[in-house]
Order: sequence, then C-alpha cells, then structure tokens
Amino acid sequence: MDQFAVKVFVRLRPSVLDPAGEATKSASIKLGAEGIKSLRIGKMIEVKIEGNGENEVREKVDLLCDRLFANTVIEDYEYSLEKL
Amino acid sequence: MDNFTVGVVVFPGSNCDRDVSWALEGCLDIRTKYLWHESSDLSDVDAIVLPGGFSYGDYLRCGAIARFSPLINALDEFVKSGKRVLGICNGFQILTESGFLPGALVTNKNLNFICDDVELEIVSSKGGWFNNGDEKQTIKLPIAHGEGRYHCDSDTLKKLVDNELIALRYKNNPNGSSFDIAGITNEKGNVLGLMPHPERACDEIIGGTDGLFTLKSLILK
Repeated sequence: MDQFAVKVFVRLRPSVLDPAGEATKSASIKLGAEGIKSLRIGKMIEVKIEGNGENEVREKVDLLCDRLFANTVIEDYEYSLEKL
Repeated sequence: MDNFTVGVVVFPGSNCDRDVSWALEGCLDIRTKYLWHESSDLSDVDAIVLPGGFSYGDYLRCGAIARFSPLINALDEFVKSGKRVLGICNGFQILTESGFLPGALVTNKNLNFICDDVELEIVSSKGGWFNNGDEKQTIKLPIAHGEGRYHCDSDTLKKLVDNELIALRYKNNPNGSSFDIAGITNEKGNVLGLMPHPERACDEIIGGTDGLFTLKSLILK
C-alpha cells in the first residue's frame, strides 16, 4: 500500500457572494495594504490516505471531495497529491 | 388520527427539538417521539421534523455531517412513501445538503446572526403547509440564523418558480437570499424546508400563532 498526503482546497464558486471575504478585504484595506482587488476565503483540508497506487487514491479523494468536503452547489474544489 | 406520531429528530447539537415537541404536544395535542440520529427505524412515526440547531457543531458546513447519519439515510424511503418531512432552520440546511431539496444555505450577506421576527409572503401552499386563502397571505415568524441565505443557480430558480415550489418569501429580505426565498418544498409537496421557526410562533403569549398552521399540517395525508 502506498501512502499519500492530499491537500484539498475548497472555494466558494465565483458566482456565490463571500461576505466573510468582503469583510476581510475591507479590514485589509484599513490595515493599509494597497492594491487588493479581491479577497475570497476558502478551506484547506489535509488528508493522509493509503491505497494501491495513485489512481485508486484519486478515486477515493474524488468521492470525498464530491460528496463531503465540498457542496458542489456552492463550492468548487481542487487537490494536490504527494506520495509519502 | 389518535395514534398519529411525529418523530422529532435529535442530532448532537440540535437545540429546537424540545420546542418543536412542546409546540406539537402542548399547543396542538399531537403526539411526538424523539428520534436519535443513529436510529434508522422510522416504522412507528407518521411524519418527521428535522429541528433547528447546530447539528455536529455545524462543522464543515451546516448540515453536512448530519447528512451521513443513519436516520437521514433511512429518510429517502420515508419521503418516497409520501410521508411528510418538515425541516426547520438547521433541518432545512440538512435537507439541502442531503439533496431532498435543491440549492444551499450560506452565510448571511451582512455576516450577522439575525434573531428577529420577519414578515413572510406565502407564495405557494403546495403540500398544504400554509394557509394561502384570500384573507391571509402574509405571516410573521421568528428567524434565528447566521447561515440562512438561500442560494441556487438560475436553472434551479426557474424550476422552483415554474413548479410552484417556493413556499415562502421574505417581505424584507434580511439575509440576502436569492429571490427572497425563505422556504421551499419538493415537487411532491411532502417535504418542506424553511429558515423561519414555526414552532416559536404557536402561542399568543410568546408573540404569535402564525406557526400553528404549518405544524398542524404535519398530520395531513
């Protein structure tokens, strides 16, 4: 069995308003940071997972992302995978 | 209807389960039974309420973890059999997460947790959940949520409108919901999800009785 470190990024779809991102953007500007054009907040999920090769692990991670980590009505996801 | 029993689902983090039970038993004389989320035996209840609260601490997303409970798995057959399911607030979030109702509920536009009474327009009485007679098409119910902004894509919205699945709309949209949506039903009409709390409006002494009709309609066939 191979072990992989997976980093999943879950983001609100561009069409979904992100009020927390807007509030953070406003605070960033108050802090004095210049040039901020947009700021959106997502989630990062780190998983260590075992499987027989990358393809099998990808299948598992796709299922996790699609059914649990992200709600695809409002969110997109992508992930990176590193063999340990 | 003497033995009609409404199951009130209890998740870790539910906090309106007792309010729902009290409103049904105390105000309407309808028998209730608490259903622990790990139970999948729904054979002795005739309708189900998914109450408000913060199931599983709202971890990941509101309702996202509850969706995988044995009880929600068993709900599919229950709904298909035509029995009635009412999801209030977190219950509505669970119904969208688990795909019984379309769309999703996201953080309020103004980021506030809003606790208020709101005026609602009854758009459709599909399923008989609301009294949409000529004499009364507006009701007042309390809301209490931080993530109640209904969101769906334009195709879904069109389907909701065309099939008369929008049950309630806010008169003064407090949270930024698409199309002012506060509550929707499934196509069959036996599943209703709404952000306002009808169980908190069942006695004049606590400010109104506009929630009685919806809770009473749980016993409709």
